Amino acid sequence: MRYHQADYDVPLLFEACDEQKIDDRFDPTIGGAIPKGLLRSDLNIPDLPERDVVKHFINLSQMNFGVDNGLYPLGSCTMKYNPKICDEVVSWPSVASIHPHQDPSTVQGALRLMHELEGMLCEIGGVDAVTLQPAAGAQGEYTGIHIVRAYHEARGEKRNEVILPDTAHGTNPASAAMVGYDVLEIPSKNGCVDIEALKASISSDTAAFMLTNPNTLGIFEKDVKEIAGTLHDAGALLYYDGANLNAIMGKTSPGHMNFDIVHFNLHKTFATPHGGGGPGAGPVGVKRYLEEFLPVPRIIEKDGKYHLDYDQPKSIGKVKAYFGNFGVLVRAYAYMMMQGGPGLEAASENAVLNSNYLKDKLKDDFELPYGGLRKHEFVLSGKPLKSKGVRTLDFAKRLLDYGFHAPTIYFPIIVDEAIMIEPTETESKETLDRFVDVCKQILKEDPEILKTAPHNTSRRRMDEAKAARDMIFSWRGYKKKTENAK
Amino acid sequence: MSVVQPDLKYTKNHEWVKIEGNLARIGITDHAQAELTEIVFVELPSTGKDVSKGDVLGNVESVKTVSEVFSPVSGTVNEKNDKLVDSPELLNKDPYGEGWIAAVELRNQDDLSDLMSADDYRKLLGE
Repeated sequence: MRYHQADYDVPLLFEACDEQKIDDRFDPTIGGAIPKGLLRSDLNIPDLPERDVVKHFINLSQMNFGVDNGLYPLGSCTMKYNPKICDEVVSWPSVASIHPHQDPSTVQGALRLMHELEGMLCEIGGVDAVTLQPAAGAQGEYTGIHIVRAYHEARGEKRNEVILPDTAHGTNPASAAMVGYDVLEIPSKNGCVDIEALKASISSDTAAFMLTNPNTLGIFEKDVKEIAGTLHDAGALLYYDGANLNAIMGKTSPGHMNFDIVHFNLHKTFATPHGGGGPGAGPVGVKRYLEEFLPVPRIIEKDGKYHLDYDQPKSIGKVKAYFGNFGVLVRAYAYMMMQGGPGLEAASENAVLNSNYLKDKLKDDFELPYGGLRKHEFVLSGKPLKSKGVRTLDFAKRLLDYGFHAPTIYFPIIVDEAIMIEPTETESKETLDRFVDVCKQILKEDPEILKTAPHNTSRRRMDEAKAARDMIFSWRGYKKKTENAK
Repeated sequence: MSVVQPDLKYTKNHEWVKIEGNLARIGITDHAQAELTEIVFVELPSTGKDVSKGDVLGNVESVKTVSEVFSPVSGTVNEKNDKLVDSPELLNKDPYGEGWIAAVELRNQDDLSDLMSADDYRKLLGE
């Protein structure tokens, strides 16, 4: 199969419009609703006909690559296909046209949906109570660590440290630090938590240990119950980063593994879209003894009616306006109802099967540190590429030329020249086989082709160093910079 | 193959040390900069800061990863290379020269005996 990405010369909307032209079909006072005194004339809003705006965004979308285009094996991110029916449900007026300020008696269906979603997450997570408020996984972590602090403070204890393994996602130390904790990183052993190192690092100052299971290498931490026991004996809590929950649904749960707090990445596990920093959802679940610290309002069901309960004196407070990103919650609810329990379990089984299939097909062409089975993802080392004079980066860029998104590279840092692959359950065997063929083909290619890749994409290799050294964040910033240069 | 300067001392974390009397000038090796790839940001220590051997002296961020630079010796930071703030690429272009990171006034000359010779460092790299 040949692949070539579309390439249009698309000007910015600001460049495309004539700044002098005012569309006289548009009444800026909106029929007199906005008083003349409040009108501004200096707003820089592009003024273009609908036809041109549609052309602009459609052409840009064709120069892009997303899960709808093809395989997107971006390890750790879980870029699975998002069923379109979930988007359709969200567009229904009963969902799209309600307002968070409406009286609860007029939005009973929405409250019921959220209450039921909390219940389903409780069952999958093995926890007793869930808040849907956090707007993303990282905010879920931040909420969870606030609960850690509230728990210790309620017990009259002051603890200052959160421990993490060296394979932790970068958001873990960031979340702990933002809540005010000192972060202690412990080294891994054979790709898993080094229990001796963990024991040596635990003290009366330890507030919590944050862990993903399966971990970042895709390996299941078999000693998790011993880890939990060690922490609980020391009076500390165990936090589950839900990034990899999609590997274990229906098989086990964070609660069963004796975690105290867990966040769920709805966009990873329950197929809601990954926003470009856009609306997400990172619900947090806790065991019964932590429920009183959850954010308000809590959704309460009584005699078939749903209420919002703000009377929670020990709550950490609100973490997000209103009730979280409702549209994302509805998508996750639709996905879970569509799959049912057996469907979710099958999703995890197929994610693990696809990952191990790819791993076994590719491990001899690269290196696989720490052998054995994997869960939903695996990490290869691109070290053997060095003998050809190329690096993981070059290999990843070359994959783009064949219509695949690149895997995650150079993470986790404990694997040299890491290539982190997560196919997800939604890809067919035919797609996986083609990916394997392409990987093997690339290894046989002239190193120069790899070093100058990509060749078939709308844009060639980006100057990442310039992007990081010379950052411009907005059109206004760009204009300022170019004017200064003149 | 990366460059190893014969007249310098080295650490297993890929820092180099140039001994200038009571001063240890510190940087990262050619191998380290090649592994990091293009460096985009350097965080320097403040002058006057007291460091112990093994303490974090600074951070080097590349398009690939962020890496800590550890002080191979104990002492007081005497100089820092402010040029790196605006021109972090000097670490790639001239790791043993203009890309130096800081100079530490030695508290204990014995620290130097723990450092590797150029030959030993070359062996560590296995090149």
